Amino acid sequence: MAGTHARRPYQSLGRISLRNGPYDFKPYSRDGLGFDWPITYDDVAPYYDKVEMLIGVYGSSEGLENTPNSPPGCLLPPPAPLASDLLTQQRATRIGVPIIPAHRAVLTQQLDFRRSPALLHPGNLKAQKIIAADMQRRAACFWATPCGRGCSIRANYQSTTVHLPPALASGNLHILTDAMVSEVRLRKNGLAEGVTFIDKTNGSVHGVAARVVVLAASACETVRILLNSKSAQFPQGLANSSGKLGRYLMDTVGSSLSGQIPLLEARPPQNEDGASGDHVYAPWWLYQEQRAGKLDFARGYHIEMGGGKQMPGVGTMKGAEWLTGGSYGKKFKADARRYYGSFVGFAGRGEMIPNEHSYCEIDSTVKDKWGIPVLRFHWQWSPHETRQAAHMQKTFAAIIEAMGGRVKDGPTLDGAKAISPGGYIIHEVGGAIMGAKQESSVTNQWCQTWDVKNLFLTDGAVFASNADKNPTLTIMALAWRSAEHILDLMRRREL
Amino acid sequence: MDRRSTLKWMLAASAAMPLLARRALGERTAAAQPEGRGYGTDPDLTKIYHPGDLWPLTLTRAQRRTAAALCDVIVPADAVSPSASSVGVVDFLDEWVSAPYADQQADRPLILEGLMWMDTEASLRFGRPFAELGESSQHAICDDICYEKTALPQFARAAKFFARYRDLTAGGFYTSPEGRKDLGYIGNVPLLKFGAPPVEVLRKLGIDPPSS
Repeated sequence: MAGTHARRPYQSLGRISLRNGPYDFKPYSRDGLGFDWPITYDDVAPYYDKVEMLIGVYGSSEGLENTPNSPPGCLLPPPAPLASDLLTQQRATRIGVPIIPAHRAVLTQQLDFRRSPALLHPGNLKAQKIIAADMQRRAACFWATPCGRGCSIRANYQSTTVHLPPALASGNLHILTDAMVSEVRLRKNGLAEGVTFIDKTNGSVHGVAARVVVLAASACETVRILLNSKSAQFPQGLANSSGKLGRYLMDTVGSSLSGQIPLLEARPPQNEDGASGDHVYAPWWLYQEQRAGKLDFARGYHIEMGGGKQMPGVGTMKGAEWLTGGSYGKKFKADARRYYGSFVGFAGRGEMIPNEHSYCEIDSTVKDKWGIPVLRFHWQWSPHETRQAAHMQKTFAAIIEAMGGRVKDGPTLDGAKAISPGGYIIHEVGGAIMGAKQESSVTNQWCQTWDVKNLFLTDGAVFASNADKNPTLTIMALAWRSAEHILDLMRRREL
Repeated sequence: MDRRSTLKWMLAASAAMPLLARRALGERTAAAQPEGRGYGTDPDLTKIYHPGDLWPLTLTRAQRRTAAALCDVIVPADAVSPSASSVGVVDFLDEWVSAPYADQQADRPLILEGLMWMDTEASLRFGRPFAELGESSQHAICDDICYEKTALPQFARAAKFFARYRDLTAGGFYTSPEGRKDLGYIGNVPLLKFGAPPVEVLRKLGIDPPSS
C-alpha cells in the first residue's frame, strides 16, 4: 500500500464527518449533470456505520432530506451548543435555515469497546481484541487544547493515533518511512508487480513487490503516480485506457462571512473552548426550492459555524477599527473586553460538479527534487459553483442580520469573487473516478482499476462527484468496502 | 501556520473581517511562500529556546525604548490588567520583526520605519524622542494616526504603521496570561463535562434553556 503521508492529509482538518446521502451517489440521474456513482447509498451505509463506530463521531439523527440518520449505537452524543450557537439557531430558524448538531470525529464519551468490536470485525477474534483494547486507551474529550495540534489523550480522530497503533499491534503492518513512490511497475502479464520508491534520506532507488497494490496517496498524488507509470501497454499512464486519468478534479465550493453581534457582547466569563470546532451546523435545506426551479444553481451546500469566547490569539482585536473607531489606550482595552466573544462566523461548503476544464496532467518540464515529474493543474468553476457562492454570502448576511449583527464590508455578492480559489478548501477529489463502464471511468465500484485487476485506489481520487459533505468519512467507508472486497478476492484466489 | 484549521482560530482572529472573508474552515492560509533559500526546517520542538537563539534579534536599545512607550500608549496599565510592555510585548515584537517567515518579514519594514517615524515626529513637534514625551504629547501624535480612515493624507503611512502596531501589541498582550485574564478567558483547562450556557446568559439572549 503506497501513501504519501502516514497522517492522511484529510485528517488535519476540522474532523467534520458527514455521510453522503442517497441523492449524492446519483446526481446525474437527478439533474442530468456530472456522473452517477456505480453504487448507491445502501451499498455504502454499512461501512459508514462501521467507520463511525471505529473512529468515534458525535452528532444526531434528525431525519432530514438527503442527510442520513445513523443507526442507534453509531454516533456519540453531541456536545452542548454554545450561547452563540443557540442564538444562531433561534434566528436562522426564523429565516428557514435549520441548525442541528454537527457531526465531528471527537469522542464525547468513551467508545463502546464491549459492543462495537464484534460488529466491526465479525468472526475475527484477534482484530476484535486489538480494537477493544485500543478503544479503551482512547479517552473522552476533556474540552481543552486545540484538536489541530494533536490530542494527547487520543480523544480526537487522527489516523496516526487511531489507525496506526492497532494496525501495528496486529503484527501485519510494516511502515516504511521516507519512501517516496515514483511509479507502479507492471508485469508482462498485465498485473501490477509493485512500486518503485526513492529513499528520501539518501536518494537511492528501491522496489517492493506485492500481490496487491493499493494507492492511497491523496487524490492528486495517486493520479500523479499512475500518470508517471508509463509502459508499452500504458503509454498514457497506468490504468488509463479510458483516458480519464487526471480528469474531473473537484474541490469544495467555499465562501465565508463573519458578523459582530451586539447581543453577544459583554457576557460573563464562560469556558467556551468546547470540542475545538463546530458543535452545530446547517445541512443543505433548499431541496424543494431547487426542485421547483427557484434557484439559479444545481446542488447544495452546508454551513459550518462557530463563535464564542475562544482562546485569544495573535489576531485578537486585529483590524477592529471599524468597531472601535481607532481607539487606543484605556478605551481600546475596554473595547477589547466588549467585543471579545461577540463574533460569529459562517463558512459554506458546497458541491462542485465535475467538468471538462478542471483536470491535471504531467508537466513536461518541471520535476520535483527527486526527479519525478510534477502535475500541472487546470481549473474552471462553472456558474453553478459561483452562483452557489453568491447564495452563501446572501444567506450568511441574512442570518447575521436576523441576529441583529453587522458585517464589516457587507457580503460579496459577485460569486466569482466570493468563491475560494480551486484547491483552497483542500477537499481535492476525483482524477480517477469510479464508474459502471471501463471506457468512461478508471475504477469499478470496488476502487479496483478496470485495467489492472490487482491495483486499487482507496483515496478521494475515485469520487465520481463531490457532494457538499466533507469527503473523509466517505473515503474511509469506501476504503473499508474495498478492503473487504480485496480479502474476498484473495480468499477465492482471484487475486 | 497550520495548513488546516477550524472556525475556532478563524474567530480567534475576531475582528479581522477582511481576513475572515478569505480564510475559513479548512482553507489554506493566504501567506505567500518565502522565496529564495527558505528558512529551513522547524526548530526542535522539544527544546526550550530563548529570544535570539534561532535568529538574531533586531531592535536596538533606542528602538526598544520607543517600542515600549508606544505599546504602553496602546495598552496602558489600568485597574484590570498591567501594561503591554510589562508582560513582555516588546520582546514579542522584536521576535516578530526578526523572524524569517513570510508574514513577519512583510511586517518588518513597516514596523522599523514606523518606530523611526514616531521619534522623528516627536522631535519635530516637541523636540524629544517619543518615549520621553508626556502623555498629552504622545496622544497628540497618536490621535493623528490612530485611524487610517480619517487620518490626513500626510499621515497615511504612519496610520498604516499604527494600525499594524496596534494589532501586534494587542496580539502579544492578549495571548499573555494577564491579557487572557483581562478578557475573561477561562478556557484551556480540562473539564469532565462541557455544560450548556448559564441560564442567565440565555435569558439575556432571549433563548429558552435547552430541555436536555
